Amino acid sequence: MRILSLAVLALGIAASPTRDDDAAFNNAARFMQEDGAALYGAICQGCHMPGGGGAVGAGAYPSLAGDPRLAVAGYPIALVLRGQKAMPGFGRMLTDEQIAAVLDYVRTHFGNDYPDKIDPAAVKAARQ
Amino acid sequence: MTDDSAQPMSRRDLLTLIGATAGGSVLYQAMTALGHAAESGYAGPIALDGDAKGASVLILGAGVAGMVAALELRKAGYKVEILEYGTRAGGRCWTLRGGDSYTELGGFTQRCDFDPGLYLNPGPWRIPFHHRALLDYCRRLGIALQPFVQVNYNAYLHSSRAFGGQPQRFRHVQADFNGGVAELLAKAARQGRLDDAVTTEDKEMLIEALRAWGALDGDLAYRESIATSGRRGYDKPPGGGLGAETVTSKPLALDDILHSRLWQGLAAGNIVEFQTTMFQPVGGMDMIAKGFQREVGDLIRFGAKVTAIHQDAQRVTVTYEDAGAGGATRQATADWCLCTIPLSILSQIEMSVGAPMRAAIDAVPYAPAVKIGLQFKRRFWEEDEAIYGGITTTDLPIRNIGYPCCDYGSTGKGVLLGAYTIFNAFAYELAALKPDERVRKAVEWGAQIHPQYAKEFENGIAVAWHRNPASLGCAGDWSEDDRKAHYKNLCAIDGRIALAGEHASYLPAWQEGAILSSLDAIGRLHRRVVAG
Repeated sequence: MRILSLAVLALGIAASPTRDDDAAFNNAARFMQEDGAALYGAICQGCHMPGGGGAVGAGAYPSLAGDPRLAVAGYPIALVLRGQKAMPGFGRMLTDEQIAAVLDYVRTHFGNDYPDKIDPAAVKAARQ
Repeated sequence: MTDDSAQPMSRRDLLTLIGATAGGSVLYQAMTALGHAAESGYAGPIALDGDAKGASVLILGAGVAGMVAALELRKAGYKVEILEYGTRAGGRCWTLRGGDSYTELGGFTQRCDFDPGLYLNPGPWRIPFHHRALLDYCRRLGIALQPFVQVNYNAYLHSSRAFGGQPQRFRHVQADFNGGVAELLAKAARQGRLDDAVTTEDKEMLIEALRAWGALDGDLAYRESIATSGRRGYDKPPGGGLGAETVTSKPLALDDILHSRLWQGLAAGNIVEFQTTMFQPVGGMDMIAKGFQREVGDLIRFGAKVTAIHQDAQRVTVTYEDAGAGGATRQATADWCLCTIPLSILSQIEMSVGAPMRAAIDAVPYAPAVKIGLQFKRRFWEEDEAIYGGITTTDLPIRNIGYPCCDYGSTGKGVLLGAYTIFNAFAYELAALKPDERVRKAVEWGAQIHPQYAKEFENGIAVAWHRNPASLGCAGDWSEDDRKAHYKNLCAIDGRIALAGEHASYLPAWQEGAILSSLDAIGRLHRRVVAG
């Protein structure tokens, strides 16, 4: 996968959306997508749904839309790393960069406007 | 697929592999390194002796745990009512058949278009011979069982990255792996390289044992012969009449098997939970749900979404939304409450219990799992490939193909379990797709193993457990540390409230765990009532 990406770059072709298509269903132990939207589409939307609106059954998956708890990055970083209640943690299946990317995506979509980028170093620090 | 074979496998990767090819409790056992997987500890029908004093018990959830409790408590003289969120009894004990409609979270609705008699068990699908409580209830409820084939020597082990992506027969890989290992060991022993580990006397016994186990020849070699073909199968099997002579087959090289990693699929049937004989109910797993429902169906109030559970010194009061009355808020009260609601739901429900139980309820993540049923125009796996029941395992995201363990030789259509993926990244990625995309991908991937898919596929249905409205996940995914910290607090009765379900057992994701936890909880509750 990474070798393929380098080959594409070496040919002077901009990284295309297919890159993350190839990353899907690639590895049982961890996610391989690097783009925030692709990561959201591969993981988060299973429960929080394609539009981030969450869902309600006997219990609920919280909506991520217009969520003020996303204002401070530390909260969602900890949530994704370790999970909360029934939500599994993804710390072992995602790199620091991937967690930063998916949170950057969520924090700037679904009516959220927190454009400050998360530094992967902050994710790394939160792992301790 | 990404080639990560050059990297050493991390412990987590190994656990993921085990989880992917086996079941949740197997993963748990590997994590806890118990290894000894005790039998279930069922001591026969529960005896709730003593006076129930007309006490009432409100049971939350009409799954297997809840219905077992209802059956036994009513018999013991309790007034019992069950509140159930859904419109169906059984919970995760569930079967989808033609004509069924299933709407998952997000509003995605699928209609099951299977032909009559064909089905998918989206949840539990097999019963170990030592799950004595469940088997006893099957006997008492008159539920017919038939063998579930776990290991089929003629099914496949498949890796998209080995043997040119060609699936290998289980018997080939197993015979050749055993034979190759036996040869290595026997020769090492003969050459004196195991002398530090075995006595001279044991060495000769070991060599003879390895020769018998691995089908080695007089030179302690595992090589093409009548003996090895007797294990792995012939290229031309023995026949009758003219031209009946055999043609032996050539074993796979041990290093090819090692590099292929197909050995990962060899041991599943050796795990006690998957050892022969396993069972399934004739006609679908929900025959168990229906059996319980025949006994306690009159006690179930459907469409009751629990929103709060309160208790004081006298009673328990449960608030729920009544779907049958436009979501109107109602309350039910009882002296006691047995709550079997999955922790994924319960952790969101307001509840007057102490901090230890609350912390336990909040401690358990819920595992991802996906099952996909695929209907085909004919049973090509039987007709073309002589695969009768059992499981093919693969490194593809579908992970498992399960062949139906019933109606062998039927000339009609057939339904395969076209994917069973649990505990891994693939399960999340599949859940994130729309149901029809899951089905389409399962057909694409499965066609790499069975090219007949392309021509024979008709329709399918996909259940991603995180999108199941009633459970929000497949099963409680306890870590060893969380068990140490919280398990006892989850199972301890808090005032007038007790919890039960697979999550309150050491048999996660198994119906046996749900039943045993329920029997244990009502036994302790009953002793309080009698003593009270």
